[in-house]
Amino acid sequence: MIEIRLHGRGGQGAVTSAELLATAAIQQGKYAQAFPNFGPERRGAPVMAFIRIDDHPIRNRHMIHNPDLVLVLDPSILRLVDVTSGLKEDGILVTNSKHNADELREELGLSFKMGTVNANLIAIEELGLPITNTTMLGSLLKANEVIALDALIEPLNKRFGRIAEKNINALKRAFRETEIS
Amino acid sequence: MAEKTGIEVSIAAADAVGMTNVDVVAAYPITPQTHIVEHLAELVASGELDAEYIPVESEHSAMSVCCGSSAAGARTFTCTSSQGLALMNEIVFLAASMSLPIVMMLANRSLSGPLSIWNDHSDVMSIRDSGCIQMFAENGQEVFDNTFFCFKVAENKKVSLPVILNMDGFSLSHMIEPIEYWTQEMVDAYLPDFEPVHRLHPDKPVTMGALGMPDVFTEAKKLQNETLINSKSVILDAWKEMGEVCGREYHPVETYKIEGAKVAFLSMGSMGEVVSLAVDALREKGEAVGQLKLRLWRPFPFEELAEAVKGLDQIIVLDRAISFGGPGGPVASEIRNALYHQDNMPFVTNYVCSLAGRDITANDFIKIYEESSSASEEMLKRNDYTIYGARE
Repeated sequence: MIEIRLHGRGGQGAVTSAELLATAAIQQGKYAQAFPNFGPERRGAPVMAFIRIDDHPIRNRHMIHNPDLVLVLDPSILRLVDVTSGLKEDGILVTNSKHNADELREELGLSFKMGTVNANLIAIEELGLPITNTTMLGSLLKANEVIALDALIEPLNKRFGRIAEKNINALKRAFRETEIS
Repeated sequence: MAEKTGIEVSIAAADAVGMTNVDVVAAYPITPQTHIVEHLAELVASGELDAEYIPVESEHSAMSVCCGSSAAGARTFTCTSSQGLALMNEIVFLAASMSLPIVMMLANRSLSGPLSIWNDHSDVMSIRDSGCIQMFAENGQEVFDNTFFCFKVAENKKVSLPVILNMDGFSLSHMIEPIEYWTQEMVDAYLPDFEPVHRLHPDKPVTMGALGMPDVFTEAKKLQNETLINSKSVILDAWKEMGEVCGREYHPVETYKIEGAKVAFLSMGSMGEVVSLAVDALREKGEAVGQLKLRLWRPFPFEELAEAVKGLDQIIVLDRAISFGGPGGPVASEIRNALYHQDNMPFVTNYVCSLAGRDITANDFIKIYEESSSASEEMLKRNDYTIYGARE
């Protein structure tokens, strides 16, 4: 089982990302779960969402305390929230940032494996908005190809209709441009 | 086997209600039930569901509307949580005593205060004695399947009672998970059209909800009690028939790894799946541990429980509500009472845990097992219940 924790801000689509990945995984015949951090949600405040994906039925229903992968949608969260709390030693932190992994590890005092991508830039160029949720899904799959990138195309089309193509472009570009080190 | 859809349990629940071709939905939105009624409102607004959606101004009115529409012979649904249930309380008792087959989903949430929106079972315990049939679902699939079951049992002429489907708020209602949808043909084959026992109609006037003078009240209550007890045979048949339709057969008391077990956990609702992980881990260590899941809360399944506990030395009852100043958790209290006359009655330990959404993991249940199995019987006897994880 892979356990993923997403950090973003209310309104940035972290929950939508979690939902898209889980539904795509289920469509691929896997078992998956996605859920928000239960409670009142406020636009702009730090929020979390959770994903579990497995080849067997999932019986856990509690929050994810020891994720294999942490995905950060908004770089400003890195200095506000302890995003690597409970992250497994061999886990990976994948974040939206204009800085590279070495710079971030030094600044944040971390030694985790990292994936980095300038998702703000990609989202603004591809979507015209700094909403990075679909972009960061591309980055997540680069770090851990838990499902094939193409498995997300249909759920994205279904979810976003006429703006789906832009989101798909952002997703694919982030997959290409994410650096893992 | 049909394909599984990845969907939020609330949305699947509302879809299932839509597939029953319900006539009237009256509800007031409240967290965490909101997504269910929002989606039903969407289905009605888009014309996909031909029903009256009545956006009432309170839960008291929601259940009042449901009583009226059900009495008129309409298939009727409502849905609430916590304070909403508290507000509709008096009408829930009336719906049951007037034999109105309303189906209600309860996205379980703790009763305030302190103000909380999170999940436990304190809300449903406030209407335990309302006379409604009450059951618990463990996962999204069980919510979906049992939506059809609830209408089938409620509307059966031998029953004609409200049925409440309990689903844990957030940990079930807000979870996106794989659910196998039924086809409309399966629903239509399983759930017959609603033909009320009595209906309000000008051509054949009847009185419902009349004054019960002291010379008839006791008989009315005795009859109500017998009707609820006797509904169990209809419940058993409806779950058996479901097995034939969708391949999943449900039981009033579900068991997991109970063969050879000396100790068993007992819980209701979605916590059961997490507990089963602890059972697996303890079994691997060679402990003789099993699990009981109480699916049917009213009518209480006395015979099935007695059968399921045979050979057990101890039952660890996990309660998600407190009876203040009373015997601990309401479930443990029932279990002790149900087994009181049994020879070789297993010892019942009671843990009140995971109140208002306090996160609880398999490790916690392992800790609970170790704590209660290492304590001496004398100590356990003095300690009727433990509120697990509470800071001093």
